[in-house]
Amino acid sequence: MPVFLIFGVGIVLIVLFVWSLYNNLVTLRVRIKEAWSQIDVQLKRRADLIPNLVESVKSYAKHEKEVFENVTKARSVLMSARGPHEKAQADNMLTGALKSLFAVAEAYPNLRASENFQQLQKELSDTEDKVAYSRQFYNSVVMEYNTKIIVFPNSMIAAQFGFKSEEFFAANEEERKKVEVKF
Amino acid sequence: MMVIILVAWVLGEAMGYGSGWIMTALIISLLVNLGSYFWGDQLIVTMSGARPADRKRDFDFFTVAENLSMAAGNPKPKLYVIDDTAMNAFATGRDPQHAIVVATSGILTRLDRRELEGVIAHELSHIKNFDIRLLLVVTVLVGTLAFLADWFLRSLWWGGRSRERNRSGGVMLLIGIVLAILTPLLATIIKLAISRQREYLADASGALLTRYPEGLAKALEKLKGDHEVLEAATNATAHLYITNPFKDKDFGAWFAGFFNTHPPIEERIKRLRAM
Repeated sequence: MPVFLIFGVGIVLIVLFVWSLYNNLVTLRVRIKEAWSQIDVQLKRRADLIPNLVESVKSYAKHEKEVFENVTKARSVLMSARGPHEKAQADNMLTGALKSLFAVAEAYPNLRASENFQQLQKELSDTEDKVAYSRQFYNSVVMEYNTKIIVFPNSMIAAQFGFKSEEFFAANEEERKKVEVKF
Repeated sequence: MMVIILVAWVLGEAMGYGSGWIMTALIISLLVNLGSYFWGDQLIVTMSGARPADRKRDFDFFTVAENLSMAAGNPKPKLYVIDDTAMNAFATGRDPQHAIVVATSGILTRLDRRELEGVIAHELSHIKNFDIRLLLVVTVLVGTLAFLADWFLRSLWWGGRSRERNRSGGVMLLIGIVLAILTPLLATIIKLAISRQREYLADASGALLTRYPEGLAKALEKLKGDHEVLEAATNATAHLYITNPFKDKDFGAWFAGFFNTHPPIEERIKRLRAM
């Protein structure tokens, strides 16, 4: 009788453990999805600001065709990118292209003084902050999830239910440094 | 916590009332403070004469708060601005769903975006760490003690307990008198010590959020240089602000350290820089 009892309690405990782990992982996966859509929204917002910006710079600096082309190209790459890895790369490319655009803008005092341009610049740098912060949140949730499915007893169960590790949204070195800039 | 319960017990014993009275004191204190817990946030905003922040007018404040809430995974708090040139900011609200962050226009104009991020992250950390709730609990317990001490002294005055003197009564009475006098002082010191610890914690969690402790460190340096007293602050709201709104000139003695809601700014900057 006691042996039977111990056995029964053991099974109940295991079932409870699997149950709570499963729900936990599903919840985390939903949160990752939500965090990802947050990044996506911000990337889209960033892409939406670009045409206006290009227009406003163009009206002052018509000759810098190459710069405009690069930015527009980087934008369309970002728009068509799929998945965290590809999007992160496209976003970094756009950051690089924008940098040369702003370098060009430096040479036109009238442009820098224009209210429209200043407003766009402010919105754009805010969107960049938003991308950075939503990425931070996304990555921390992904880390929590990825750790949870590979630590020991969990790893067996997670594999059974087909939980796979998620991709991080990586920032490149260039962008990391940018955050440190003081202005 | 233990200290508070112990003191309450000794006082109760000395009065010969037993635990019934302790419960009564606890309940009264609880009711009073629950009121401030649920409606206090709105009250504070009204009291300090703040206006809601506007995305266009307070662009940096608005967007920075938006971004940091995003990073913390919390809803964006309600934002208010006090039109006052003194530099300060505070947060209140019982949980992240009811959070309010208030900043003075002085701090908004004189800090750059990174510094402001440090400050807002500090305030959001207070909310995320449930400091408001913690302080409520502490205030309730401290309030209970104050009630008990008060009743005890009154009961002595009216000689209420002479009938029921018992064997341990004499010693308890003596301890009771001493405690009744010391209690309000002690309670305040405990409350302030907790408040100071939570400031350090909010600094640290804020830095974790922005990944840039230097921002808050520089903001604190600027705040240190600001000697203007914020008129909207009262004793009741002092612990909520990012720096002590009264700027206790310099009675900088070791003793004064016990009665500050905030740790010294120099120490906070030092700890941030060491991160």
